[in-house]
Amino acid sequence: MTGGDIIEAVVKSLIIIVALLTAFAYMTLYERRILGRMQLRSGPNRVGPAGLLQPVADGVKLAFKQAITPRGVDKPLYLLAPAISVVTALSAFAVIPVGPTYNIFGRAIPFHLADFNVGLLFVLAMGSLGAYGIVLAGYASNNKYSLLGGLRAAAQLISYELALGLSLVGILMISGSLSLTAIVEGQARGLWYILVQPLAFVIYLISAIAETNRAPFDLVEAEQELVGGYHTEYTGLRFALFFMAEYINMVTVSALAATLFLGGWHGPFDLLSGPWWLLAKIILILTLYVVLRATLPRLRYDQLMRLGWHWLLPLALLNVVLTAIGITLLQ
Amino acid sequence: MRAYVPVLLLLGFVIANAVLIIGISHLTMRARPTPVKSSAYESGIPALGDARERFSVKFYMVAMLFIIFDIETVFMIPWGVYYRQLSCAVPLLASGVCPPGNISFFGLGEMLIFMAALLVGLIYVWKKGALQWD
Repeated sequence: MTGGDIIEAVVKSLIIIVALLTAFAYMTLYERRILGRMQLRSGPNRVGPAGLLQPVADGVKLAFKQAITPRGVDKPLYLLAPAISVVTALSAFAVIPVGPTYNIFGRAIPFHLADFNVGLLFVLAMGSLGAYGIVLAGYASNNKYSLLGGLRAAAQLISYELALGLSLVGILMISGSLSLTAIVEGQARGLWYILVQPLAFVIYLISAIAETNRAPFDLVEAEQELVGGYHTEYTGLRFALFFMAEYINMVTVSALAATLFLGGWHGPFDLLSGPWWLLAKIILILTLYVVLRATLPRLRYDQLMRLGWHWLLPLALLNVVLTAIGITLLQ
Repeated sequence: MRAYVPVLLLLGFVIANAVLIIGISHLTMRARPTPVKSSAYESGIPALGDARERFSVKFYMVAMLFIIFDIETVFMIPWGVYYRQLSCAVPLLASGVCPPGNISFFGLGEMLIFMAALLVGLIYVWKKGALQWD
């Protein structure tokens, strides 16, 4: 690698981190505003114009909270857990292509940090590793609510990961590649995969919401049963790290949904350039997240397990078989 | 391997970011512990015993079932990526299209047998009540 390549990678890494952290900050505001609207109130609108400085105020507030470390916590794991969560959440975005190759300063710069032939597996692997953060937090806190939250998280994440992984097999069969760039190009040549794989899209979306522990699958941190779930014993910035991981994971699975099913950075018209199309699609899916949270009541744990194992898993298998038959007959 | 270097760089930055935030939290967040404040939260009553006790065996069951079906998924991913070739009796054309009239049901049949075996497993654990949560 030349020096130019290194500089390019460093700049891209920093852009990814800054963009994701900004997305996290404004996603919290966006969510609270929409939730407010759906409940016929305004939501936070006092800090700065239209409440736009609210995330900054929240950050400062969290930074100056009292540090409360309960007796009996496993100190190294207690500090490691939020770090694991946020590290895996931030690095999963590395392989998602956000645009075509542009010429900037006389250099052809592809708009993705890395494109390797197992890109999709990388995103899935990072998502699975994120579960460790939650489980370790639950274990290290030495609190019954935390432990229950962590255990629920473990069971929920692995149950829905199956359906999530299987729903993507149909895409791989059509695209013949695990590289996300190749999958986007495959959709640019033909149809968006949501039209060819509608069942897989629905399964992916449901599993992705469950994987990110969002309502109606937020049993991991169900306030009414588990106080705060796995982050009951965390305060201030350490709590903020879990929050950060959760929102960044939402952005990543939305970006992945846009890349795999909605044509990635390609749009039907030339109105917007690549990255803006992707951003528009991500915002669309994130809005769906918030609307679902405001609309649906939380599932019971047995309902959650039944949905995952009795419905999504067999349906995902069926989808693979149907795709296989379709490809064979069309050849 | 060269494609992985940028990812390692990103990983380095991301870890630095996490360490930085935890470092800042040590500088800005002051601790003023009292015996009550530093006890584990248990809805306002004194905590009874240790939290790390035995927990329901169902969580172990789910974990074991996950391993079985996750390995299935792992097997299906390379099969899926290679499926176009598997369903064609002769090598694919350069455009990735199978020459007409060369359909092969080899890949499909193979996976159907594999899946049938696993489906029997799923039905078995289902009927045994291993997925029953109440």
